Amino acid sequence: MNSKAYSLFLKDFKSELRTRYAINALAMFIIVAISVILFSVGNEKISASLTGGLFWVVIFFTAMSGLSRAFVSEEERGTTLALQLVAAPTTVFSGKLIFNIILVFAMNTVIAILYSAMFDAFVIQNFLLFLTSFVFGNIGLAVSSTIIAAIIAKAGAKGTLYPVLAFPILLPLILTSVQLTLFAIDGISFERAKFELAIVVSYDVIMLTASYMLFDFIWKE
Amino acid sequence: MIWKIFLFLLLAFVSVAGISFPIVENPTRWYEFPLIPGLEENAKIIFFHVPTAWLTVIAFLMSTIYSFKYLRKKNLDDDVKSYAAAQLGMIFCILATVTGAVWAKFAWGSYWSWDPRQTSIFALLLIYGAWFALRSSIESEEKRATLSSVYSMIAFVTVPFFIFIMPRIMSGLHPGSADDSNAGPVVNFKMNGNMQLIFFLSMIGFTVLYFWMWNVGYRSMLLKEKLDKKLIRG
Repeated sequence: MNSKAYSLFLKDFKSELRTRYAINALAMFIIVAISVILFSVGNEKISASLTGGLFWVVIFFTAMSGLSRAFVSEEERGTTLALQLVAAPTTVFSGKLIFNIILVFAMNTVIAILYSAMFDAFVIQNFLLFLTSFVFGNIGLAVSSTIIAAIIAKAGAKGTLYPVLAFPILLPLILTSVQLTLFAIDGISFERAKFELAIVVSYDVIMLTASYMLFDFIWKE
Repeated sequence: MIWKIFLFLLLAFVSVAGISFPIVENPTRWYEFPLIPGLEENAKIIFFHVPTAWLTVIAFLMSTIYSFKYLRKKNLDDDVKSYAAAQLGMIFCILATVTGAVWAKFAWGSYWSWDPRQTSIFALLLIYGAWFALRSSIESEEKRATLSSVYSMIAFVTVPFFIFIMPRIMSGLHPGSADDSNAGPVVNFKMNGNMQLIFFLSMIGFTVLYFWMWNVGYRSMLLKEKLDKKLIRG
């Protein structure tokens, strides 16, 4: 099953490299979103805590613009039935999830680098804490957006519905991640942030379990 | 029929008593409420705000339970029941948000201040809104039922974060939250006997009202569906 999930991921990866649809769209969206913030801020000096919040605004909307592709593209090309024949639902979900996790990590790393280059106030004091929260936050983001993408694809690829459905599900993760980013900016120690870290980790675990249990129903629909 | 009259009398009594009974410092007569420091006259909203918030949770829970049932048995009646519960839940959720905001204006000075409870009821409103948006976007009945059931299950697993965890990481103003010293667990210690009695009568009255409304709601929806099918077949 694992090798099958890996080959499904490889298929997505190769077709992505050929069309470069998601990568191009995401890269442009990141630039657009950050420049919108830069223009709206103007010459104003913004505080460090505000940059921490805006950082997650960029991440959320970028994720919403590109991550639904995983399942919507299958539905558009009409390859869903073929996938249903060759692989078990959990395998399909694993393949898509790996692809989305890699996409989220690539996208958020670019955002973080560009962001810290553009905003002088965005200085991370406790880098290790930022990295830990970043990794777990990305996994949670990828899991939730993958399962919502599966629902959206079956609902007839309604693009506008994606952020609407995903936002309440992602809200606990985003609120805690903003908090953790602020902690990292303020240079607060690991010890004091461990409750927030535990929330993010438990969110990841709960979402992963629920997604694997519920994906069957979506996929067979 | 008799219980409907009884329910009407009960809710009428609760409404009149909740609004008109005076709050005094040392209650001696049966109709007087005690003064709760930090809440004063504002405490009266407890008879209307808490039941609506409670019914929001109950309706959400029932909607999820029937969604779960639908996923197991694939019986479309369960989906209708889930939908009827969610509709009522949305109404009570809006009522709880509005009554809470009005109360907050007088108790905290502003309608909205992102207290953990306000954040969680806002998230619940968003979940209901997204759920209805998802339902209205799908034509096929079975598909709509399955996808909305799955979404309500996913939304349901995030609820513990809002109810148990958010109040711990954000400081709260709401009576009964962890760091609230002056208006602590209101129901248990600060209310006297008659206040508790009217509070629980109000809870019971509203809960029965909810189940009645839910029953009427889903039965009418099922009848409508039956009629539609009859009309199509001719």
